[in-house]
Amino acid sequence: MKIGIVRFPGSNCDDDAFRAVVDYLGEQAVMLWHKDHDLQGSDVIILPGGFSYGDYLRAGAIARFSPIMREVVAHAERGAPLLGICNGFQIACEAGLLPGALLRNDSLQFRSLPVIVKVEQTATRFTAAAEEGQLLTIPIAHGDGRFTADEETIARLEGEGQVVFRYTNAAGECTADANPNGSMRNIAGVANATRNVVGLMPHPERAVDPLLGSRDGLVVFESLLVAVHA
Amino acid sequence: MTRFRVSVHIVPRQGLLDPQGKAVSDALHALGFHAVADVHVGRHLVIETEAQDAPAAEASVRVMCERLLANPVTEDFEIAQCVEVVAA
Repeated sequence: MKIGIVRFPGSNCDDDAFRAVVDYLGEQAVMLWHKDHDLQGSDVIILPGGFSYGDYLRAGAIARFSPIMREVVAHAERGAPLLGICNGFQIACEAGLLPGALLRNDSLQFRSLPVIVKVEQTATRFTAAAEEGQLLTIPIAHGDGRFTADEETIARLEGEGQVVFRYTNAAGECTADANPNGSMRNIAGVANATRNVVGLMPHPERAVDPLLGSRDGLVVFESLLVAVHA
Repeated sequence: MTRFRVSVHIVPRQGLLDPQGKAVSDALHALGFHAVADVHVGRHLVIETEAQDAPAAEASVRVMCERLLANPVTEDFEIAQCVEVVAA
């Protein structure tokens, strides 16, 4: 399996994602420059975290018009797996690959800390190796992570099982205290209708080794090796 | 073609939580401006563009807002002003 990681100007978790899939998953990876038009035969695309284009205008708003995004959107529309992490999630939302938007944290603070997320949907290419209801400790590091969508969209996400991750406390409860950014319904990650595209604000690539404090993020990448039980 | 200067206001959609507006509102209250009922913080863009006439300039900026400048999920925009740029 070949995993393509898109490098935008301002990406800063691209190397972490590369190491997660090469060193910890044992798969092949390739860095893709945002100005190229070639996914180099990648089976999976990761849009990594960072601050593409300095978050100018809105986080992800300019990156979605990078040349390579035309191929990335076509990849996703073919039903191929795409993972958006943090800024990559914001870019995927801006590109219309995922519903909703990520707004300024309700605290107005940049939050960088480990959080607990519950896996709500295992029938995706990035959660198939997890148990439903499994709690993962994964770090967040963002200023604009408040998931927001209109009521109709939220109802559809809930009804169609497109909520993939939710912020919870250690008991797995979706409390306000466990919500680090004011996201609606404690939503930390969502999928598109066909569930081949997943975006989340926490950084699974920063939780793949006990040395990093947690290896709970590894299951997101290991899921790529599991057939989806849709 | 004529050059026009078009000003656009982009604001968070009504009803959405606007923590930045709330923080500014709280600060104004702390300064004694108790009459302040609500504050919303948005963006103001000034775009100079060539167009046949003012309606064409506005129409063009409207498309720019829909495609890039405003997020259709969370923001509203209004064209505040459109004036011809007169060469000095």
